[in-house]
Amino acid sequence: MTPAWTPDEMLTVAAARLLWDGCVCFVGIGLPSAAANLARHTHAPGIVLIYESGTVGTRPRVLPLSIGDGELADTATAVVPLPEIFAYWLQGGRVDVGFLGAAQIDRFANLNSTVIGDYSRPRTRLPGAGGAPEIATNARQVFLVLKQNPRAFVDRLDFCSTAGFLEGRGGRARSGARGAGPQAVITDLGVLRPAPDTEELQLVAHYEGVSIDQIVQATGWALRVADSVDVVAPPTDAELRILRDLHARTRAAHGRPVRVPY
Amino acid sequence: MALMTLEDAIARHVKDGQTIAMEGFTHLIPFAAAHEIIRQGRKDLHLVRMTPDIIYDQVIGAGCARAITFSWGGNPGVGSLHRLRDAVEKGWPRPIEVIEHSHAGMAASYTAGASDLPFGMLRGYVGTDLSRVNPQVKSVTCPYTGESIATVPAMRPDLTILHAQQADRSGNVLLRGILGAQKEAAMAARELIVTVEEVVDDLHAPMNAVVLPGWIVTAAACVPGGAYPSYAQDYYARDNAFYVAWDEISRERNRFRRWMDEHVLGVRTHAAFLRGLGVASTRPPAEGAEVPR
Repeated sequence: MTPAWTPDEMLTVAAARLLWDGCVCFVGIGLPSAAANLARHTHAPGIVLIYESGTVGTRPRVLPLSIGDGELADTATAVVPLPEIFAYWLQGGRVDVGFLGAAQIDRFANLNSTVIGDYSRPRTRLPGAGGAPEIATNARQVFLVLKQNPRAFVDRLDFCSTAGFLEGRGGRARSGARGAGPQAVITDLGVLRPAPDTEELQLVAHYEGVSIDQIVQATGWALRVADSVDVVAPPTDAELRILRDLHARTRAAHGRPVRVPY
Repeated sequence: MALMTLEDAIARHVKDGQTIAMEGFTHLIPFAAAHEIIRQGRKDLHLVRMTPDIIYDQVIGAGCARAITFSWGGNPGVGSLHRLRDAVEKGWPRPIEVIEHSHAGMAASYTAGASDLPFGMLRGYVGTDLSRVNPQVKSVTCPYTGESIATVPAMRPDLTILHAQQADRSGNVLLRGILGAQKEAAMAARELIVTVEEVVDDLHAPMNAVVLPGWIVTAAACVPGGAYPSYAQDYYARDNAFYVAWDEISRERNRFRRWMDEHVLGVRTHAAFLRGLGVASTRPPAEGAEVPR
Protein backbone atom coordinates (compact mmCIF):
# COMPACT_ATOMS: atom_id res chain seq x y z
CA MET A 1 0.00 0.00 0.00
CA THR A 2 1.25 3.47 -0.85
CA PRO A 3 1.65 5.56 2.29
CA ALA A 4 -0.60 8.57 2.54
CA TRP A 5 2.32 10.95 2.94
CA THR A 6 5.82 11.45 1.53
CA PRO A 7 9.08 11.06 3.49
CA ASP A 8 9.60 14.84 3.18
CA GLU A 9 6.20 15.46 4.74
CA MET A 10 6.93 13.06 7.61
CA LEU A 11 10.28 14.78 8.18
CA THR A 12 8.68 18.22 8.17
CA VAL A 13 5.92 17.16 10.57
CA ALA A 14 8.36 15.43 12.96
CA ALA A 15 10.62 18.49 12.98
CA ALA A 16 7.72 20.89 13.52
CA ARG A 17 6.57 18.92 16.57
CA LEU A 18 9.89 19.60 18.34
CA LEU A 19 9.21 23.34 18.42
CA TRP A 20 7.07 24.81 21.15
CA ASP A 21 4.73 27.76 21.49
CA GLY A 22 6.70 30.88 22.42
CA CYS A 23 10.00 29.38 21.30
CA VAL A 24 12.42 31.86 19.68
CA CYS A 25 13.67 30.05 16.59
CA PHE A 26 16.46 31.17 14.24
CA VAL A 27 15.39 29.53 11.00
CA GLY A 28 17.39 28.28 8.03
CA ILE A 29 15.85 28.28 4.56
CA GLY A 30 14.28 25.17 3.00
CA LEU A 31 13.11 22.28 5.18
CA PRO A 32 13.70 24.09 8.52
CA SER A 33 11.63 27.03 7.27
CA ALA A 34 8.80 24.73 6.17
CA ALA A 35 8.81 22.92 9.52
CA ALA A 36 8.93 26.10 11.59
CA ASN A 37 6.00 27.58 9.69
CA LEU A 38 4.03 24.35 10.00
CA ALA A 39 4.57 24.56 13.78
CA ARG A 40 3.32 28.15 13.71
CA HIS A 41 0.17 27.09 11.86
CA THR A 42 -0.51 24.14 14.18
CA HIS A 43 0.50 23.83 17.84
CA ALA A 44 2.83 26.84 18.20
CA PRO A 45 1.00 30.00 17.03
CA GLY A 46 3.18 32.12 19.31
CA ILE A 47 6.52 30.89 17.99
CA VAL A 48 8.94 33.73 17.16
CA LEU A 49 10.68 33.15 13.83
CA ILE A 50 13.93 34.97 13.09
CA TYR A 51 15.58 34.73 9.67
CA GLU A 52 19.16 35.89 9.21
CA SER A 53 18.05 38.55 6.71
CA GLY A 54 17.03 40.56 9.78
CA THR A 55 13.34 39.73 10.00
CA VAL A 56 12.23 39.24 13.62
CA GLY A 57 8.89 37.69 14.50
CA THR A 58 7.94 37.10 10.89
CA ARG A 59 4.68 35.34 9.97
CA PRO A 60 4.98 34.61 6.25
CA ARG A 61 1.75 33.61 4.48
CA VAL A 62 3.75 31.64 1.92
CA LEU A 63 7.15 29.98 2.35
CA PRO A 64 10.06 32.12 1.22
CA LEU A 65 12.24 30.78 -1.61
CA SER A 66 15.17 32.88 -0.44
CA ILE A 67 16.17 33.89 3.07
CA GLY A 68 15.25 37.48 2.22
CA ASP A 69 11.96 37.35 0.30
CA GLY A 70 9.83 40.46 0.74
CA GLU A 71 7.14 38.31 2.34
CA LEU A 72 9.40 37.91 5.40
CA ALA A 73 9.79 41.67 5.78
CA ASP A 74 6.13 42.46 5.08
CA THR A 75 4.95 40.20 7.91
CA ALA A 76 7.70 40.83 10.50
CA THR A 77 7.41 42.51 13.89
CA ALA A 78 10.73 44.24 13.17
CA VAL A 79 13.23 44.32 10.31
CA VAL A 80 16.74 45.01 11.61
CA PRO A 81 20.15 45.28 9.90
CA LEU A 82 22.01 42.03 9.34
CA PRO A 83 25.00 42.89 11.60
CA GLU A 84 22.46 43.53 14.36
CA ILE A 85 20.67 40.20 13.89
CA PHE A 86 23.92 38.33 14.46
CA ALA A 87 25.33 40.60 17.18
CA TYR A 88 22.36 41.64 19.33
CA TRP A 89 19.85 38.89 18.72
CA LEU A 90 21.91 35.73 18.17
CA GLN A 91 25.16 36.47 20.00
CA GLY A 92 23.21 38.49 22.55
CA GLY A 93 21.58 35.27 23.69
CA ARG A 94 17.99 35.78 22.54
CA VAL A 95 17.64 32.57 20.51
CA ASP A 96 16.24 29.31 21.96
CA VAL A 97 16.63 27.10 18.89
CA GLY A 98 18.87 27.27 15.86
CA PHE A 99 17.10 25.28 13.15
CA LEU A 100 19.43 24.26 10.31
CA GLY A 101 20.09 21.95 7.39
CA ALA A 102 23.43 20.94 5.82
CA ALA A 103 24.88 18.84 3.00
CA GLN A 104 26.79 16.43 5.26
CA ILE A 105 26.85 15.42 8.92
CA ASP A 106 29.14 13.17 10.95
CA ARG A 107 28.51 11.05 14.05
CA PHE A 108 29.11 14.03 16.35
CA ALA A 109 26.68 16.26 14.38
CA ASN A 110 29.44 18.39 12.89
CA LEU A 111 28.30 19.78 9.53
CA ASN A 112 29.80 20.31 6.10
CA SER A 113 28.20 22.75 3.68
CA THR A 114 31.43 24.00 2.07
CA VAL A 115 33.25 21.50 -0.19
CA ILE A 116 33.42 17.87 -1.26
CA GLY A 117 37.08 16.99 -1.77
CA ASP A 118 40.07 19.19 -1.03
CA TYR A 119 39.27 22.80 -0.11
CA SER A 120 41.83 24.35 -2.43
CA ARG A 121 40.80 22.20 -5.43
CA PRO A 122 37.31 20.96 -4.57
CA ARG A 123 35.54 18.22 -6.48
CA THR A 124 32.26 19.95 -5.63
CA ARG A 125 32.11 23.50 -4.37
CA LEU A 126 29.02 23.79 -2.13
CA PRO A 127 27.48 27.17 -1.20
CA GLY A 128 29.31 27.54 2.11
CA ALA A 129 28.53 28.09 5.77
CA GLY A 130 26.50 31.32 5.70
CA GLY A 131 25.09 32.00 9.14
CA ALA A 132 25.36 28.45 10.45
CA PRO A 133 28.71 28.50 12.35
CA GLU A 134 27.52 31.21 14.73
CA ILE A 135 23.89 30.04 14.88
CA ALA A 136 25.08 26.59 15.97
CA THR A 137 27.36 27.95 18.69
CA ASN A 138 25.25 30.83 20.04
CA ALA A 139 21.68 29.46 20.08
CA ARG A 140 20.68 27.65 23.31
CA GLN A 141 20.23 24.45 21.33
CA VAL A 142 20.20 23.31 17.72
CA PHE A 143 17.85 21.10 15.70
CA LEU A 144 19.10 19.74 12.37
CA VAL A 145 17.11 18.43 9.41
CA LEU A 146 18.75 16.34 6.68
CA LYS A 147 17.72 13.56 4.34
CA GLN A 148 19.45 10.40 5.47
CA ASN A 149 21.72 8.50 3.05
CA PRO A 150 25.36 7.40 3.14
CA ARG A 151 26.50 10.40 1.06
CA ALA A 152 25.05 12.84 3.59
CA PHE A 153 25.69 10.86 6.79
CA VAL A 154 29.44 10.32 6.46
CA ASP A 155 32.18 8.74 8.50
CA ARG A 156 34.50 11.70 7.93
CA LEU A 157 33.59 15.21 6.81
CA ASP A 158 35.73 16.69 4.05
CA PHE A 159 35.34 20.06 5.77
CA CYS A 160 33.85 21.16 9.09
CA SER A 161 31.75 24.24 8.31
CA THR A 162 29.79 24.20 11.55
CA ALA A 163 30.60 22.65 14.91
CA GLY A 164 28.37 20.07 16.53
CA PHE A 165 30.08 18.15 19.33
CA LEU A 166 33.48 18.22 17.57
CA GLU A 167 35.27 15.03 18.71
CA GLY A 168 32.61 14.28 21.35
CA ARG A 169 32.99 13.56 25.08
CA GLY A 170 32.98 17.25 26.02
CA GLY A 171 34.94 18.49 23.00
CA ARG A 172 32.33 21.10 22.25
CA ALA A 173 32.28 22.49 25.79
CA ARG A 174 36.08 22.68 25.80
CA SER A 175 36.07 24.65 22.52
CA GLY A 176 34.27 27.58 24.09
CA ALA A 177 31.12 27.08 22.02
CA ARG A 178 28.07 28.27 23.90
CA GLY A 179 24.70 26.56 23.90
CA ALA A 180 23.96 22.87 24.25
CA GLY A 181 24.56 22.13 20.56
CA PRO A 182 22.56 19.78 18.33
CA GLN A 183 19.90 18.07 20.45
CA ALA A 184 18.00 16.41 17.61
CA VAL A 185 18.68 15.40 14.03
CA ILE A 186 15.42 14.84 12.17
CA THR A 187 15.75 12.87 8.94
CA ASP A 188 13.36 11.41 6.40
CA LEU A 189 13.69 8.04 8.21
CA GLY A 190 13.73 8.86 11.92
CA VAL A 191 15.26 10.92 14.71
CA LEU A 192 18.79 10.84 16.15
CA ARG A 193 19.90 12.40 19.42
CA PRO A 194 23.32 12.67 21.07
CA ALA A 195 24.16 10.03 23.68
CA PRO A 196 24.62 11.71 27.07
CA ASP A 197 28.19 10.52 27.70
CA THR A 198 29.89 10.25 24.30
CA GLU A 199 27.77 12.88 22.53
CA GLU A 200 27.68 10.51 19.54
CA LEU A 201 24.39 10.53 17.64
CA GLN A 202 22.16 7.52 18.23
CA LEU A 203 18.89 6.46 16.73
CA VAL A 204 16.05 7.18 19.16
CA ALA A 205 12.99 7.01 16.91
CA HIS A 206 11.89 5.84 13.48
CA TYR A 207 8.86 6.45 11.32
CA GLU A 208 6.11 3.95 10.57
CA GLY A 209 7.10 1.64 7.75
CA VAL A 210 10.84 2.32 8.18
CA SER A 211 12.99 -0.40 9.77
CA ILE A 212 15.92 0.21 12.09
CA ASP A 213 18.10 -1.80 9.72
CA GLN A 214 17.14 0.50 6.85
CA ILE A 215 18.27 3.52 8.88
CA VAL A 216 21.56 1.84 9.82
CA GLN A 217 22.14 1.08 6.11
CA ALA A 218 21.47 4.73 5.23
CA THR A 219 24.24 5.87 7.58
CA GLY A 220 27.91 6.10 6.55
CA TRP A 221 29.17 5.09 9.97
CA ALA A 222 28.22 2.26 12.36
CA LEU A 223 25.12 3.97 13.76
CA ARG A 224 24.40 3.30 17.40
CA VAL A 225 20.83 2.45 18.29
CA ALA A 226 19.37 3.52 21.64
CA ASP A 227 18.18 0.81 24.04
CA SER A 228 14.63 1.79 23.38
CA VAL A 229 13.58 3.16 19.99
CA ASP A 230 10.25 4.95 19.65
CA VAL A 231 7.96 5.01 16.67
CA VAL A 232 7.03 8.56 15.64
CA ALA A 233 3.28 9.00 15.28
CA PRO A 234 2.33 9.48 11.62
CA PRO A 235 1.18 12.91 10.43
CA THR A 236 -2.34 13.79 11.47
CA ASP A 237 -4.88 14.79 8.85
CA ALA A 238 -4.69 18.36 10.10
CA GLU A 239 -0.87 18.49 9.89
CA LEU A 240 -0.92 17.16 6.33
CA ARG A 241 -3.69 19.47 5.20
CA ILE A 242 -2.01 22.57 6.64
CA LEU A 243 1.39 21.62 5.23
CA ARG A 244 -0.01 20.90 1.76
CA ASP A 245 -2.00 24.14 1.78
CA LEU A 246 1.17 26.02 2.70
CA HIS A 247 3.11 24.42 -0.17
CA ALA A 248 0.23 25.04 -2.61
CA ARG A 249 0.04 28.74 -1.65
CA THR A 250 3.80 28.95 -1.99
CA ARG A 251 3.84 27.40 -5.48
CA ALA A 252 1.12 29.78 -6.63
CA ALA A 253 2.94 32.81 -5.23
CA HIS A 254 6.33 31.87 -6.67
CA GLY A 255 4.84 31.21 -10.10
CA ARG A 256 3.19 34.63 -10.30
CA PRO A 257 4.86 36.75 -13.00
CA VAL A 258 6.83 39.74 -11.75
CA ARG A 259 6.34 43.09 -13.46
CA VAL A 260 8.86 45.86 -12.99
CA PRO A 261 7.29 49.32 -13.20
CA TYR A 262 9.23 51.32 -15.70
CA MET B 1 27.00 63.85 -4.73
CA ALA B 2 26.51 63.98 -8.45
CA LEU B 3 23.41 62.65 -10.14
CA MET B 4 24.52 61.14 -13.44
CA THR B 5 23.78 58.29 -15.79
CA LEU B 6 24.76 54.81 -14.68
CA GLU B 7 27.06 54.57 -17.68
CA ASP B 8 28.97 57.67 -16.55
CA ALA B 9 29.04 56.61 -12.89
CA ILE B 10 30.65 53.27 -13.75
CA ALA B 11 33.01 54.82 -16.33
CA ARG B 12 34.27 57.41 -13.85
CA HIS B 13 34.41 55.44 -10.61
CA VAL B 14 35.08 51.76 -11.37
CA LYS B 15 38.67 50.87 -12.16
CA ASP B 16 40.37 47.61 -13.03
CA GLY B 17 41.82 45.80 -10.02
CA GLN B 18 39.61 47.48 -7.42
CA THR B 19 38.02 45.85 -4.41
CA ILE B 20 34.28 46.36 -4.91
CA ALA B 21 31.34 45.47 -2.67
CA MET B 22 27.97 45.34 -4.42
CA GLU B 23 25.80 44.64 -1.39
CA GLY B 24 22.15 43.92 -0.75
CA PHE B 25 21.09 40.77 1.11
CA THR B 26 18.69 39.11 -1.35
CA HIS B 27 16.91 42.49 -1.54
CA LEU B 28 18.06 45.61 -3.49
CA ILE B 29 20.88 43.82 -5.30
CA PRO B 30 22.45 46.30 -7.76
CA PHE B 31 22.11 44.18 -10.92
CA ALA B 32 21.96 47.13 -13.33
CA ALA B 33 25.30 48.46 -12.07
CA ALA B 34 26.93 45.02 -12.34
CA HIS B 35 25.69 44.66 -15.92
CA GLU B 36 27.18 48.04 -16.81
CA ILE B 37 30.53 46.94 -15.26
CA ILE B 38 30.40 43.82 -17.45
CA ARG B 39 29.54 45.89 -20.55
CA GLN B 40 32.43 48.25 -19.87
CA GLY B 41 34.77 45.26 -19.55
CA ARG B 42 36.33 45.90 -16.13
CA LYS B 43 39.01 43.36 -15.20
CA ASP B 44 40.78 41.86 -12.18
CA LEU B 45 38.17 42.96 -9.67
CA HIS B 46 38.17 41.70 -6.10
CA LEU B 47 34.46 41.14 -5.53
CA VAL B 48 33.07 41.36 -2.01
CA ARG B 49 29.54 40.29 -1.07
CA MET B 50 28.06 38.19 1.70
CA THR B 51 25.96 36.26 -0.83
CA PRO B 52 27.44 36.30 -4.36
CA ASP B 53 23.95 35.52 -5.74
CA ILE B 54 23.26 35.62 -9.49
CA ILE B 55 24.86 39.08 -9.69
CA TYR B 56 28.40 37.79 -9.02
CA ASP B 57 27.72 34.54 -10.89
CA GLN B 58 27.33 36.81 -13.92
CA VAL B 59 30.34 39.04 -13.18
CA ILE B 60 32.56 35.99 -12.51
CA GLY B 61 31.30 34.13 -15.58
CA ALA B 62 32.02 37.23 -17.66
CA GLY B 63 35.67 37.04 -16.54
CA CYS B 64 35.83 40.33 -14.61
CA ALA B 65 36.99 38.95 -11.24
CA ARG B 66 40.33 37.82 -9.82
CA ALA B 67 39.13 37.21 -6.23
CA ILE B 68 35.97 36.89 -4.19
CA THR B 69 35.31 37.46 -0.50
CA PHE B 70 31.99 35.95 0.56
CA SER B 71 30.12 33.92 3.16
CA TRP B 72 27.38 31.98 1.30
CA GLY B 73 27.67 31.28 -2.40
CA GLY B 74 24.51 29.50 -3.51
CA ASN B 75 21.48 30.35 -5.62
CA PRO B 76 19.08 31.02 -2.72
CA GLY B 77 16.43 28.33 -2.44
CA VAL B 78 17.55 26.76 -5.73
CA GLY B 79 21.05 25.27 -5.45
CA SER B 80 24.48 26.06 -6.85
CA LEU B 81 25.87 29.13 -8.53
CA HIS B 82 27.28 27.28 -11.54
CA ARG B 83 29.56 30.06 -12.80
CA LEU B 84 31.10 30.53 -9.33
CA ARG B 85 31.55 26.78 -9.07
CA ASP B 86 33.13 26.54 -12.51
CA ALA B 87 35.63 29.28 -11.61
CA VAL B 88 36.54 27.65 -8.29
CA GLU B 89 36.52 24.03 -9.48
CA LYS B 90 37.87 24.40 -13.03
CA GLY B 91 39.35 27.89 -13.23
CA TRP B 92 36.90 28.97 -15.97
CA PRO B 93 36.91 31.55 -17.44
CA ARG B 94 39.84 32.30 -15.14
CA PRO B 95 40.98 31.05 -11.73
CA ILE B 96 39.56 32.93 -8.78
CA GLU B 97 41.02 33.44 -5.33
CA VAL B 98 38.52 32.58 -2.59
CA ILE B 99 38.44 34.38 0.77
CA GLU B 100 35.66 32.77 2.75
CA HIS B 101 33.91 33.87 5.94
CA SER B 102 30.71 33.21 7.84
CA HIS B 103 27.90 35.79 7.62
CA ALA B 104 28.61 37.00 11.15
CA GLY B 105 32.29 37.33 10.25
CA MET B 106 31.53 39.40 7.14
CA ALA B 107 29.15 41.59 9.14
CA ALA B 108 31.82 42.20 11.77
CA SER B 109 34.36 42.94 9.03
CA TYR B 110 32.17 45.60 7.37
CA THR B 111 31.25 47.11 10.76
CA ALA B 112 34.96 47.43 11.64
CA GLY B 113 35.64 49.03 8.26
CA ALA B 114 32.84 51.54 8.74
CA SER B 115 34.17 52.32 12.25
CA ASP B 116 37.81 52.65 11.10
CA LEU B 117 38.91 49.90 13.47
CA PRO B 118 41.65 47.48 12.36
CA PHE B 119 39.52 44.42 13.01
CA GLY B 120 36.07 43.25 13.98
CA MET B 121 35.36 40.62 16.60
CA LEU B 122 32.73 38.04 17.27
CA ARG B 123 31.98 34.84 19.12
CA GLY B 124 32.46 32.96 15.92
CA TYR B 125 34.19 30.32 13.81
CA VAL B 126 34.37 28.06 16.89
CA GLY B 127 35.49 24.57 15.94
CA THR B 128 35.25 25.20 12.18
CA ASP B 129 37.72 24.59 9.35
CA LEU B 130 36.97 28.10 8.03
CA SER B 131 39.56 29.48 10.44
CA ARG B 132 42.03 26.89 9.09
CA VAL B 133 41.61 27.76 5.40
CA ASN B 134 41.19 31.52 5.85
CA PRO B 135 44.33 32.97 7.47
CA GLN B 136 42.45 36.27 7.97
CA VAL B 137 40.49 34.67 10.81
CA LYS B 138 42.46 35.08 14.02
CA SER B 139 41.68 35.71 17.69
CA VAL B 140 42.40 38.10 20.54
CA THR B 141 42.39 37.51 24.26
CA CYS B 142 39.90 39.78 26.00
CA PRO B 143 41.86 42.10 28.35
CA TYR B 144 38.99 42.05 30.85
CA THR B 145 37.92 38.42 31.01
CA GLY B 146 40.75 36.48 29.38
CA GLU B 147 38.32 34.92 26.88
CA SER B 148 39.46 34.16 23.37
CA ILE B 149 37.40 36.06 20.79
CA ALA B 150 37.57 35.55 17.01
CA THR B 151 38.72 38.47 14.87
CA VAL B 152 38.41 39.40 11.21
CA PRO B 153 40.28 42.26 9.49
CA ALA B 154 38.28 45.37 8.65
CA MET B 155 36.77 45.37 5.17
CA ARG B 156 37.51 48.67 3.39
CA PRO B 157 36.29 48.39 -0.21
CA ASP B 158 37.60 50.87 -2.75
CA LEU B 159 34.01 51.20 -3.84
CA THR B 160 30.62 50.06 -2.60
CA ILE B 161 27.65 49.95 -4.96
CA LEU B 162 24.08 49.83 -3.63
CA HIS B 163 20.58 49.99 -5.04
CA ALA B 164 17.90 51.87 -3.06
CA GLN B 165 14.31 52.96 -3.45
CA GLN B 166 14.69 56.70 -3.68
CA ALA B 167 17.03 59.67 -3.82
CA ASP B 168 16.06 63.31 -3.56
CA ARG B 169 17.56 66.02 -5.73
CA SER B 170 20.36 66.61 -3.22
CA GLY B 171 21.33 62.96 -3.52
CA ASN B 172 20.12 61.88 -0.08
CA VAL B 173 19.24 58.20 -0.40
CA LEU B 174 16.45 56.32 1.38
CA LEU B 175 16.49 52.53 1.85
CA ARG B 176 13.76 50.44 3.39
CA GLY B 177 13.00 46.75 3.84
CA ILE B 178 15.62 44.10 4.36
CA LEU B 179 18.88 45.99 4.81
CA GLY B 180 21.59 43.34 4.91
CA ALA B 181 24.94 44.99 5.62
CA GLN B 182 24.33 47.81 3.13
CA LYS B 183 24.81 50.71 5.51
CA GLU B 184 28.02 49.21 6.91
CA ALA B 185 29.36 48.47 3.41
CA ALA B 186 28.53 52.04 2.37
CA MET B 187 30.26 53.60 5.36
CA ALA B 188 33.31 51.31 5.05
CA ALA B 189 34.01 52.21 1.42
CA ARG B 190 36.17 55.01 0.05
CA GLU B 191 33.59 55.73 -2.66
CA LEU B 192 29.88 54.96 -2.88
CA ILE B 193 27.68 54.64 -5.96
CA VAL B 194 23.94 54.27 -5.50
CA THR B 195 21.32 53.46 -8.11
CA VAL B 196 17.71 54.24 -7.21
CA GLU B 197 14.23 53.38 -8.40
CA GLU B 198 13.26 57.03 -8.62
CA VAL B 199 14.36 60.56 -7.84
CA VAL B 200 11.82 62.54 -5.83
CA ASP B 201 11.49 66.08 -4.52
CA ASP B 202 11.08 64.96 -0.92
CA LEU B 203 11.95 61.57 0.60
CA HIS B 204 9.32 62.01 3.34
CA ALA B 205 11.64 59.81 5.39
CA PRO B 206 10.26 58.85 8.79
CA MET B 207 12.49 59.79 11.70
CA ASN B 208 15.11 57.00 12.20
CA ALA B 209 14.69 55.79 8.64
CA VAL B 210 17.82 54.58 6.89
CA VAL B 211 18.99 57.62 4.97
CA LEU B 212 22.44 57.93 3.45
CA PRO B 213 23.10 61.67 3.24
CA GLY B 214 24.07 62.96 -0.18
CA TRP B 215 27.49 64.10 1.01
CA ILE B 216 28.64 60.49 1.58
CA VAL B 217 27.32 59.40 -1.84
CA THR B 218 29.94 59.74 -4.58
CA ALA B 219 27.52 59.28 -7.46
CA ALA B 220 23.86 58.41 -7.86
CA ALA B 221 21.96 57.24 -10.91
CA CYS B 222 18.27 56.74 -11.47
CA VAL B 223 17.74 53.18 -12.75
CA PRO B 224 14.17 51.93 -12.36
CA GLY B 225 14.11 48.17 -11.95
CA GLY B 226 17.84 48.28 -11.16
CA ALA B 227 17.59 45.45 -8.63
CA TYR B 228 15.76 43.03 -10.95
CA PRO B 229 15.70 39.95 -10.74
CA SER B 230 16.11 40.64 -7.02
CA TYR B 231 13.59 43.13 -5.71
CA ALA B 232 12.85 46.56 -4.34
CA GLN B 233 10.42 46.60 -1.44
CA ASP B 234 7.23 48.49 -2.39
CA TYR B 235 8.24 48.60 -6.10
CA TYR B 236 8.41 45.01 -7.37
CA ALA B 237 8.78 41.50 -5.97
CA ARG B 238 11.73 39.13 -6.24
CA ASP B 239 11.40 37.12 -9.45
CA ASN B 240 11.71 33.71 -7.83
CA ALA B 241 10.88 32.04 -11.15
CA PHE B 242 13.90 33.74 -12.73
CA TYR B 243 16.15 32.50 -9.92
CA VAL B 244 14.89 28.98 -10.65
CA ALA B 245 15.39 29.48 -14.41
CA TRP B 246 18.97 30.72 -13.85
CA ASP B 247 19.94 27.23 -12.73
CA GLU B 248 19.52 26.00 -16.32
CA ILE B 249 20.68 29.17 -18.06
CA SER B 250 23.99 29.17 -16.16
CA ARG B 251 24.69 25.45 -15.91
CA GLU B 252 26.60 25.15 -19.16
CA ARG B 253 29.25 27.59 -20.40
CA ASN B 254 27.96 28.16 -23.93
CA ARG B 255 24.37 28.69 -22.93
CA PHE B 256 25.49 31.13 -20.24
CA ARG B 257 27.57 33.05 -22.81
CA ARG B 258 24.73 33.17 -25.30
CA TRP B 259 22.38 34.47 -22.62
CA MET B 260 24.85 37.15 -21.52
CA ASP B 261 25.53 38.13 -25.14
CA GLU B 262 21.85 38.57 -25.82
CA HIS B 263 20.59 40.09 -22.57
CA VAL B 264 23.54 42.00 -21.06
CA LEU B 265 26.21 42.68 -23.69
CA GLY B 266 23.62 43.03 -26.47
CA VAL B 267 21.77 45.92 -24.81
CA ARG B 268 22.90 49.39 -23.80
CA THR B 269 20.57 50.11 -20.89
CA HIS B 270 18.82 48.37 -18.05
CA ALA B 271 15.49 49.37 -19.55
CA ALA B 272 16.38 47.38 -22.66
CA PHE B 273 17.44 44.45 -20.44
CA LEU B 274 14.03 44.47 -18.73
CA ARG B 275 12.20 44.75 -22.04
CA GLY B 276 14.27 41.90 -23.44
CA LEU B 277 13.10 39.64 -20.64
CA GLY B 278 9.52 40.82 -21.02
CA VAL B 279 9.22 42.01 -17.42
CA ALA B 280 9.03 45.77 -17.92
CA SER B 281 5.50 46.87 -17.15
CA THR B 282 3.82 49.57 -19.14
CA ARG B 283 2.70 51.47 -16.05
CA PRO B 284 3.90 55.06 -16.39
CA PRO B 285 6.38 56.24 -13.76
CA ALA B 286 5.05 58.01 -10.69
CA GLU B 287 4.51 61.74 -10.98
CA GLY B 288 7.72 63.65 -10.47
CA ALA B 289 9.88 60.61 -11.10
CA GLU B 290 12.80 61.02 -13.47
CA VAL B 291 13.45 58.25 -15.91
CA PRO B 292 16.66 58.32 -17.90
CA ARG B 293 16.49 57.55 -21.62
